[in-house]
Amino acid sequence: MLRIDNISKTFNPGTVNEKVALKNLSLDLKDGDFATIVGSNGAGKSTMFNAIAGTFIVDEGNIYLDGDDITFKKEHVRSKVIGHLFQDPLKGTAPSMTIEENMALAYLRASNSSNRMFSRIKQSDKKAFREKLAMLDMGLEDRMKQPVGLLSGGQRQALTLLMATFVTPKLLLLDEHTAALDPATAEKVLDLTKSIVAERGITCLMVTHNMHQALEVGNRTLMMNAGQIVFDTCGAEREKLTVSDLLEKFKVGAGEELDNDRVLLS
Amino acid sequence: MSSIITVSIFQSALELGLMYALVALALFISFTILNIADLTTDGCFTLGCAVGAIVTLSGHPFLGIIAAMISGACAGFVTALLQTKFGVESILAGIIVNTALYTVNIFIMTSQVSIFGVDTIFSLAKDSFLQQFFGDWYKVVILVVIVGLIALALWWFLGTTLGMSIRATGDNAEMVKSSSINPTFTITVGLCLANSLTALSGVLIAQYQKSADINIGTGMVTIALASLIIGQSLIGNKGSTLRRVIGTIAGSVLYRFIVAVALRLSVPAEALKLVSAMIVAVAIALPYVRKKAALKKREFANYRENKSGREEKNA
Repeated sequence: MLRIDNISKTFNPGTVNEKVALKNLSLDLKDGDFATIVGSNGAGKSTMFNAIAGTFIVDEGNIYLDGDDITFKKEHVRSKVIGHLFQDPLKGTAPSMTIEENMALAYLRASNSSNRMFSRIKQSDKKAFREKLAMLDMGLEDRMKQPVGLLSGGQRQALTLLMATFVTPKLLLLDEHTAALDPATAEKVLDLTKSIVAERGITCLMVTHNMHQALEVGNRTLMMNAGQIVFDTCGAEREKLTVSDLLEKFKVGAGEELDNDRVLLS
Repeated sequence: MSSIITVSIFQSALELGLMYALVALALFISFTILNIADLTTDGCFTLGCAVGAIVTLSGHPFLGIIAAMISGACAGFVTALLQTKFGVESILAGIIVNTALYTVNIFIMTSQVSIFGVDTIFSLAKDSFLQQFFGDWYKVVILVVIVGLIALALWWFLGTTLGMSIRATGDNAEMVKSSSINPTFTITVGLCLANSLTALSGVLIAQYQKSADINIGTGMVTIALASLIIGQSLIGNKGSTLRRVIGTIAGSVLYRFIVAVALRLSVPAEALKLVSAMIVAVAIALPYVRKKAALKKREFANYRENKSGREEKNA
């Protein structure tokens, strides 16, 4: 599904702020894979996501999605088939627009036809939005005319998840999307993520700093350090792994202790 | 006091307010919705005047209106092109196009042009049933119809998928990119639309006062901003799109009314730009000052309470 072939990215090359963010990174993700990613601060996790999503163009290497070379495709073109959720719940929705307007924008990805451009939100659309929102079990289906800015962070993130998967994406990128939420809401959003991903068999990458989650969620665990993937496990080997094994693996792979001030070991 | 506000003052404030409301609506699109400070406005307004006046002079008042709007859209397109495809800062892009338009406008109409001996939409209305029906108010009637239609069309458009994409572009640019909307496209459409409205306002003014000169657009952006802000403080920044569109138009009419009263109070005409600037500054500062004052009041009440508490304790 997703094939990353030897990509590199250096920020501010030739200056004192030069930062090698990705170094000859390669990754092959199969259709329906759900991989979690852990790593130190500045390991390149978000940078890899941004490279895939097209926030910047990589310096070297190629990225293929579903057999298509998307290396030089623009961000808004890639986003037709790639869903991207950020840690900041404010990033994924337009605050001064209503819930139904936000959902209508997400629905845009469904069609290429330009005749949709001049269509307004129809009753049938509203009904579809309502059904989807009811799935969240947050009472949002009765607040469809309210601006999204009035929602809590958790509600906004749940809405963003719904919007990102409204039209099933080929690839879903989750960049610590539950990290800024309170524990109860975080769990709810994670459960929702798991059920949506499983139900539709979406290929998914998720960054987490919860070591336990990294082993429990999905079917594959990747570990990153200094712009490279240093450890990659799935199947039976992964099932036997414990959190302390994972930390040990990191030490071997990276040659140093896992250094992440937000890492959760429980 | 009764002589300050007369019917004729009210009438001309309404006429001017409705015509200039289109510039305020243009700024509503670029400044409020797209969150871009589009400084093409001054030059674009003059461009609308110039193109409209020349075409009207050739005997085609309606074609003049269409030609002016197209020319405005072109100016907006160049501004959009500079900022989306060539990486020019949005404010700078507007200033560059504004400067360039000065020369373009001189090419079109030299330094001034008078529209006499030909039909304008106002003279046509005067000769029609409108004047028999509404008397002196016929100009107000056509302007209400024109601005009303534009307002309705704008409200309808902002509710379409394309309109919503434009609103989202100004609201959360990052979200837009990850929702498969091309911000280059939405910014371009938004600026073309805004500037075509500015130019429409220009041609209406040219036909209304039967003349246009090269400096007619100077300070237009400040005036429109004043109208926009007055409108916002009238109805608040929240609410439905239709409410905000109507508020903007009301703000423009109210602004013209304030200016008319100021002139009536024998403020010299040369001081008009100063009055405009002061209205803008006051309108923007007022909500902030009010908030600060409320805070000071609470602080003072709190201080007095503590003081009386201490005195009780001492006693």
